[in-house]
Amino acid sequence: MSTNGMTSWAVDLKDIGAIYPFQGAEVLMVLVGLAFWIGWHVIQLRQENEEVAREMKADAEGDEARDAIDRY
Amino acid sequence: MGSNLDALTTVFTEFYYWVTVVFMFLIHVGFCLYEVGASRRRNHLHTLMKNTMLIPLVTVTFYFFGWWIYWAFPNGPGILGGIEDAAAANTPWSQTMGTHLGDRITGVFWAAFLLFSWTAASIVSGSVIERIRSGAFWIHAVLIGSVFWIIDAAWGWHAGGWMVKLLGYHDAYASGVIHAIAGGYALGILVVLGPRLGKFREDGTPRDIPPHNPWMVTLGLFMIYTGFWGFYAACNVPAISPEAIGGQITGETWTATNIYLAPTSLSAITFNFLMSLSGGLMVAYIVSKGDPFWTYSGGLAGIITASAGNDLYHPIQAMLIAGVGTWCAYKLHYWVERKFKIDDAVGAVAVHGYAGFIGLIIAGFVLWGQPSSPYEGYATISPWGQLIGACIMFGLLGFLPAYIVSKIMSGMGMLRIPRKVELEGLDFDENSTYQAAVDEVRAAEKALVA
Repeated sequence: MSTNGMTSWAVDLKDIGAIYPFQGAEVLMVLVGLAFWIGWHVIQLRQENEEVAREMKADAEGDEARDAIDRY
Repeated sequence: MGSNLDALTTVFTEFYYWVTVVFMFLIHVGFCLYEVGASRRRNHLHTLMKNTMLIPLVTVTFYFFGWWIYWAFPNGPGILGGIEDAAAANTPWSQTMGTHLGDRITGVFWAAFLLFSWTAASIVSGSVIERIRSGAFWIHAVLIGSVFWIIDAAWGWHAGGWMVKLLGYHDAYASGVIHAIAGGYALGILVVLGPRLGKFREDGTPRDIPPHNPWMVTLGLFMIYTGFWGFYAACNVPAISPEAIGGQITGETWTATNIYLAPTSLSAITFNFLMSLSGGLMVAYIVSKGDPFWTYSGGLAGIITASAGNDLYHPIQAMLIAGVGTWCAYKLHYWVERKFKIDDAVGAVAVHGYAGFIGLIIAGFVLWGQPSSPYEGYATISPWGQLIGACIMFGLLGFLPAYIVSKIMSGMGMLRIPRKVELEGLDFDENSTYQAAVDEVRAAEKALVA
């Protein structure tokens, strides 16, 4: 058993193509990869919304904002 | 050099490794920026010198005995045989360890390995900043850079290494042989060294000690990424024929290989380097809630996790594996910090040690059953071979010697600086001299104004 179908290098390299594991599952890997990417955006947007909500509640008088503007 | 093709191959290989060395220099520049950025202002000079002076110390010791160890110890010695005959040509008194027109490869190959040695020592350097004595660290730097990592390279990162033959150990881009061992070594020191003053509250919960300059830290990590390209290329043999490999491969098709002389390509590792970097960055950003330090470190942890198998993975596999390793490394860092009161100032144990360890085990599953070598009679890659290998790297050759040597140093009072000096700053003496010089020059120039 081998995850890429090869159990030894007793081959002629001109006959060898892909050597990565789980060949034949490329479409599934792409789907999982796409889910990872889309999931990242979903989680990131949620985290950013929480951060913005915290920042909206803070510094009600605007003092820290004026200090930040002064600091440039 | 027999034919024109031989000459061209030799000169190309010589230049190839030389370029990797130049690239890898950036790793050290990055580590210096990173460490100084992470340290507080009163410790800058010592922090910089601590990392800088490992360069000459590891270089000369790697010339004197480190390189010999690599060629001498693939059999253990005592596990599969004795000292290898090839070691004789790699003693510091061998003619091929000097200017020699009959050997154009040893110098650049030695240098590529040497830059790995600097990296191993430099990984340890960051975790112990602001309280270790420089003299103690430099002894540790020689031990990790010119002794222990190169023993593990002889065992598990050599075409004839006993771990490759018996365990099917596969670690193409050094998840274990550089990163897990360096992380384990750092942990071994940290357990004895203790945390920086003020790191933990009276109730034992940790405080964050922010870097004095986050820009330097992130720029340093960016430079480490850049140098990492050279590291990856240096782990390959750029062009070799089946005849020169001398293993089971038939035909006449030349190939690039990994360090075990098993086929791969620069294209493969370029795919996987970038996808594992991306997987690490994405997961680290989320898990750290956008913290720049951990996001950059996570990119590194992602590459390190996938490195064991990045010669063979599919790019999407590399990305996902990197994400898993980065998530685990981040969580483990804070769990170990809280549970065992370990103050790893830059997260090196996590980013290098835990990510490297986890990466080795994942490679055992994903590459299960694949050949570890182009030579007959070697074990194939397996989860148990990788697990044993990870324990050897992190524990036996990393944590254990660092812990023992640190205990001895601590007993002799030479490991940690005194409390008073830690509070006033390691650079107190230099800063006082500097200020006195500045004051004197100011006074002298003002006197000239009248």
